[in-house]
Amino acid sequence: MPDLNDLKRKIVESQLWRSMFRHDYSDTPRNRVLQIMANVWLHLHPPKIRRHAIRVRFTWCMGGITFLVFLVTVVTGVILMFYYRPVAEYAYADMKYLQHDVPFGMIMRNMHRWAAHGMVITVWLHMFRVFMTGSYKPPREFNWVVGVVLLTITLLLSFTGYLLPWDQLSIWAVTVGTNMARATPLVGSEGPFGEMVGVTSRYDARSFLLGGTLVGPPALLRFYVLHCILLPILASLLMIVHFWRIRKDGGISGPL
Amino acid sequence: MADHDTSEKDQRDPLIVTPEESSSTLWSRRDFCCLAGWGGIAAGLGIGGVAFGRLMFPRVLFEPLSVFKAGLPEEYPVGTVSERWKQEERVWIVHEPEGFYALLAVCTHLGCTPNWLNAEDKFKCPCHGSGFRRNGVNFEGPAPRPLERIKIALGDDGQLVIDKSVQFRFERGDWNKPGAFLKLKV
Repeated sequence: MPDLNDLKRKIVESQLWRSMFRHDYSDTPRNRVLQIMANVWLHLHPPKIRRHAIRVRFTWCMGGITFLVFLVTVVTGVILMFYYRPVAEYAYADMKYLQHDVPFGMIMRNMHRWAAHGMVITVWLHMFRVFMTGSYKPPREFNWVVGVVLLTITLLLSFTGYLLPWDQLSIWAVTVGTNMARATPLVGSEGPFGEMVGVTSRYDARSFLLGGTLVGPPALLRFYVLHCILLPILASLLMIVHFWRIRKDGGISGPL
Repeated sequence: MADHDTSEKDQRDPLIVTPEESSSTLWSRRDFCCLAGWGGIAAGLGIGGVAFGRLMFPRVLFEPLSVFKAGLPEEYPVGTVSERWKQEERVWIVHEPEGFYALLAVCTHLGCTPNWLNAEDKFKCPCHGSGFRRNGVNFEGPAPRPLERIKIALGDDGQLVIDKSVQFRFERGDWNKPGAFLKLKV
């Protein structure tokens, strides 16, 4: 019977192990901090948090829950991408295929949709909580603005994602939404000052979104790129700023 | 500044100027290169942005043709609103005693397709309840303006020819222009 302790010592003292894991698990305050600070994924978070940071009655934990739900949409979304084609001819069929012919496809699609709706709800609750606790006051006012932009991106993610199943709900929702874009001042062909500036229905904010004059295959592809690449990248970048600013402004639920 | 700094300054090379000092003299090579560098970056980003804006509007669109033939005038009874082309082309053809006009079946509120309610003699949009008279004028609901009329003409073969790309708006007085109404007694 080999000595397990001996074996363990051989592994953790090997060059292979030590090249990857720079610190051990000894439970000293210094080592705890080192483990966090030396890890690229963990060091965005503070190595220590104050006890009041986990007061759920104060924080509701809605910010954290929103982030968790965002990660759920990202993971399920990537999985859905293995089967979904953003082509008008295939989009609806692929969605049905995922639901009925792909093992676990139904639960992946449903989780994605529920997480998406859930994220919109939790982000509003988070905003409401931040307002009620006055956590937008100086020095946190910039972070509030970052949060509002994140809210807008969340709603845009919902809007662009809604088109992708390519069913009746999708097409009419996007028709209505993009027709609103047509009424924008200056950049919309039917908005105030639009004609003055020279925008026509072929070249205006609406046709920029749709890639054409009607909701068709170019619009689907464009919304797919926005939904899967551009908006998630923007959301991630701003979330990094958002979390960083919380730390720098004194930590979550810190005194004002 | 401390005293020893002043004496050091006298002993320094007079040709080496700090950024703070250079603003009081002519521009140095450093100032120029700095500005040129940042200017280059700004110009690059600016041109990239404009180019991206142009890239997003393709020159060729693969969309259905806007012109279609709608059959002979005799096929449309007088005093009726024909839904024959509503599904395929989103167009109603209305035959009045004096002639024909064609309405675009796009609600002027947010773009849904209204329904023609023959019994109530009105168009009603299912999305938000906009109501339009037989001639296209809005009278209820959120629609801000009447339905648009589109160009209708008689083709060489005697068929009605509809062109959806030419629109006539009542509120601009377009309905009196040629093309908006086809005077034809059938």
